[in-house]
Amino acid sequence: MIETTGLIEGHRRISPPKGVPSWDMDPYDEAVLRSPHAYYRELRRLGDVVYLPKYSVFAVGRYEVTRTVFSDHQHFVSSRGVGLDDFKIAKPWREPSIILEADPPEHTRTRKVMARALSPRSVKNLENLFLQVAEALVDEVIAKGAIDGVAELAELFPTRVFPLAVGMKDANTRYLVDYGAMVFNAGGPDNALRRRGMQLAGEIVPWITTACTRERLEDEGLGAMIYQAADADDISVKEAAMLVRSFLSAGVDTTVTGIGNALWCFAQFPDQWEKLKADHSLLRPAFEEVLRLTSPVHTFARTAGCDTEIAGMPVEEGSKVLCVLGSANLDPDKWADPDRFDIERRPVGHMAFGAGIHGCVGQNLARGELQALLSVMLQKIDRIELAGEAVWRPNNGIHALDRLPLRIIPK
Amino acid sequence: MPKVNFIAADGSTTCCSAQVGDTVMQTAMAHGIDDIVAECGGSMMCATCHCYVDEAWQAKTGPRVDGEDDLLECASSEVRPASRLSCQIRLTPELDGLVVHLPASQQ
Repeated sequence: MIETTGLIEGHRRISPPKGVPSWDMDPYDEAVLRSPHAYYRELRRLGDVVYLPKYSVFAVGRYEVTRTVFSDHQHFVSSRGVGLDDFKIAKPWREPSIILEADPPEHTRTRKVMARALSPRSVKNLENLFLQVAEALVDEVIAKGAIDGVAELAELFPTRVFPLAVGMKDANTRYLVDYGAMVFNAGGPDNALRRRGMQLAGEIVPWITTACTRERLEDEGLGAMIYQAADADDISVKEAAMLVRSFLSAGVDTTVTGIGNALWCFAQFPDQWEKLKADHSLLRPAFEEVLRLTSPVHTFARTAGCDTEIAGMPVEEGSKVLCVLGSANLDPDKWADPDRFDIERRPVGHMAFGAGIHGCVGQNLARGELQALLSVMLQKIDRIELAGEAVWRPNNGIHALDRLPLRIIPK
Repeated sequence: MPKVNFIAADGSTTCCSAQVGDTVMQTAMAHGIDDIVAECGGSMMCATCHCYVDEAWQAKTGPRVDGEDDLLECASSEVRPASRLSCQIRLTPELDGLVVHLPASQQ
């Protein structure tokens, strides 16, 4: 652990106010990351806000308070980092994102450019591409019969469609997946997961930086749309490259995880797959329920930008607050029978894409990818069955599978 | 407690009690109004909570917010001058009795 006087894990050590429960545990322990449900339950039981002395941070995991803190960009800023490092004090491991790790008014400008490129209409234009890639991939997995749902399906779909959608001339599946994992691991403490990620940075970051330049992008695609905003002087060319980098940071590993988690849900709960087969209009709500139940991004932090409060408890400026989205999405005070996968639930307001001005700007793309893949699976596949133990892969920010042995039974 | 009247494309009306500070979209969700989908949950990303504010109420609900036009362009039903994203209309005591019309489809 990095600890200098008054500092812990790149942020200032705080003294918790009286009345805030303190809980001596490590939310970034690999066993907890693999199987977080007991942690979530205890976090919610302890109170609206809990102090974790291990990293000297607050944590929130009840639905209402998590949503409130996460949406309150005025008091809880993103520009000081959305992990444990406080960018005001610690040097960020990479140049900070100009959308994820930014506040208004800078954020407002960059967000608008990204939101246009990733609008529902823009994603609709990609539908045929997604369906085409899904058709070929689903035929491949049917031919194999038995697959690892992670390596042979969940990772392949986004890494095939995403470079085409963005218009990348360079595509390296491994680098794209590992870069996302590295970005999310970097939000945690200086543990083995983060260190392993950082070791890869020297090799992957230069590749990513080059891949985001205009020369390495096609004249059409989401990347070109961002550079057109630079042509129109809405952003600078340097900012355009940074926003394209945001596609690569946030758009691959997250959708890989969303797909893997969806396969896990349907393999685990075959009655829900049958329900979906009988009524394809449930496809989009079903994906929302996958997201609620499995929260691909389990935690993001915020930093108190001023002296403020959470649920009536004073919070001093510079305090880091872990917003445990995975816990909020399973809060029984918000969701009836929260551990049940129910594709008819329509869980509007789930926290898997965040909330407020920093709500996931790529969520339409994620939904479009899932819709294409699942609709082709519904056409061609009768059912998927677990063919072994599903293994979760610990990551400081992402709740993803490492292995998912599946049997694919075609129609 | 303000009331909001949702009038579906087929003319059927549902009157819902709302909380001051909630949005029209949240009110629809709390009362199971199926003609509002609200896929993105209020992040102004999806245009599936499209509604038409009744003429008598347009002055009180005010103009569209920054960025709302971009999203409305993506709405699946016809966009009219009265079109709003219901996630961007926040209820005040003055909006008690608000009437919004719902489009035939959201997706």
